[in-house]
Amino acid sequence: MFKYYGRCAPYLFLLPAAAALLVFFFIPFFQTVGLSFFDYSESIYHPVFSGFDNYVKMFQSPVFYKVLANTFVYLIVAVPVLAILPLFLAVLINQKIRGAGLYKILIYLPVIVSIVVAAIAFKWLYADKGILNYIVTSPGFNGIGWLTDPDWALYSVIIVTIWKGIGYYMIIYLAALMSVPKELYEACDIDGANFLTKHLTVTIPHIMPTIALVTTISAISAMKVFAEIYVMTKGGPLNSSKTIVYYIYERAFENLDLGFASAMAVVLLLIVMAFSFVNIFFFERKKYQL
Amino acid sequence: MKSEKYNKRINHCESGLKRLFAFRSSLFTHIILIFVSLLSIFPFIWLISTSLKGNAENIFAYPPHLIPADFTWANYAGVWVKVDFIRYFVNSMIAAGGTVLLNLILSALAGYPLARMEFRGKKITFFAVLATIMIPFQAIMLPVYLITLKLNMVDSVSNFAGFAGLILPFAVSAFGIFLMRQAFLGIPHEMEEAAIVDGCNVFQVFTKVLLPMVKPALAVLAIFTFIGSWGEFLWPSIVLTKESMYTLPVGVNNLQGAFSSNWRFIAAGSVLATIPIIIFFLAMQRYFISGENEGAVKG
Repeated sequence: MFKYYGRCAPYLFLLPAAAALLVFFFIPFFQTVGLSFFDYSESIYHPVFSGFDNYVKMFQSPVFYKVLANTFVYLIVAVPVLAILPLFLAVLINQKIRGAGLYKILIYLPVIVSIVVAAIAFKWLYADKGILNYIVTSPGFNGIGWLTDPDWALYSVIIVTIWKGIGYYMIIYLAALMSVPKELYEACDIDGANFLTKHLTVTIPHIMPTIALVTTISAISAMKVFAEIYVMTKGGPLNSSKTIVYYIYERAFENLDLGFASAMAVVLLLIVMAFSFVNIFFFERKKYQL
Repeated sequence: MKSEKYNKRINHCESGLKRLFAFRSSLFTHIILIFVSLLSIFPFIWLISTSLKGNAENIFAYPPHLIPADFTWANYAGVWVKVDFIRYFVNSMIAAGGTVLLNLILSALAGYPLARMEFRGKKITFFAVLATIMIPFQAIMLPVYLITLKLNMVDSVSNFAGFAGLILPFAVSAFGIFLMRQAFLGIPHEMEEAAIVDGCNVFQVFTKVLLPMVKPALAVLAIFTFIGSWGEFLWPSIVLTKESMYTLPVGVNNLQGAFSSNWRFIAAGSVLATIPIIIFFLAMQRYFISGENEGAVKG
């Protein structure tokens, strides 16, 4: 390839994007780390350098552990469901059945709708005298405080996240299923293998990389959950549904404790960067041509 | 003669049996898929049902009525008068449109040298862009907000400044840059050579020869950036202070405060706010559900 461009050309083309990324990604990234070493609790206008005080405060705060525990519950409940259920649905739809297009549209619909509307719709289902409690109480059980009972609130919110993610991951799986060689399924049919053995021996081994991909991206997005909690519970009751991002938001924008919020943000950064690193270098190499 | 007829009948029966078996195994599949489809849309259906119930009907009735007994459009009319949906819609259009436009321009500009030029620092640039994928916005939103304030890009200064603050932090994404880079990589080198021979300069090569060839990638980037930006809630709820600047998600969330527990109005407002994106989705569905653009939406 001959060089038809000047020495400056590549840099000129890169400049606008580089400027945007610098101002809104790299500077804020270092600033987050920087802010976490300052104390804003006395005055927001005169922060005082406080070393690791915010981190010490954070590690001594029971709310921090509660928030971490909640985020962990989010991961261990939402991620397996989002890795397995959409795969099952994708396998069903992939059987060249009638109406596959319609099923795909309906199951994908929650992905497209604003999370705020989804959260409101669920808040309505979860209402004390709402339709879900009608279903629960009609066989004689006690009604559930879906969003008001500390034992339930977190799970009620997780259900919304799962419900909104299923279609998205199902489409990813459907794309992966197209690459499984048809001959293998034909061989299975000749051998008389049933549905379960067919998919355990052919499908799953073939799309293992996609399962790993879905696991990491659903883990990353579970770490970033915010709107569901903001709209439905505000982290309550008793912090029972508060996750990392909501806690950062609360400390930063409601309590104006910028230092503490930044220390939390650094924790979030470390966790998400670890997940993303695994994701990029193990599962998405091709996408980025590494 | 007789046996031929007999064979025909046997064949007919066999194919009928086969079809019956196929039907039975697919029946199970259909039952599950119908069930999941219903679960996927039921929260909306219930919202729509509530929004169509008049004051004479108890919306907390046991057993619940899916079909409104006191059917009315009054809740829509009521919420339409009290809430400026047109304004929210226009604000969302400006924010999402601006974000899409900037993403297309910046991603295409940056993707071009990364795909087709050799220069010092290319590797570092590449990994710097890759690194931004690993940085979640939620972790850096506080400094982003402080910077936006410092640059006076807030709605208390002017509406234009408000939109700038809404749009600029999402002006470019690593996803877009990589998508465009990949698209540019697929173009044969003869294209540029021919253009240079014809007397184009670098910028003309880019705009006249290469850009038209990556239109499909631009379309994908536009659609997915639009959806992401349209649904964005966290950032607008941080930067926006004036109600006249609210985007649809912020406006919808605000319904809860405005109508405290008037669920008929809240439901009607939520349904109204959802109509545009449903239309957009149905029109563009092949981009979303074909699976060709796997992983294009941010999770």
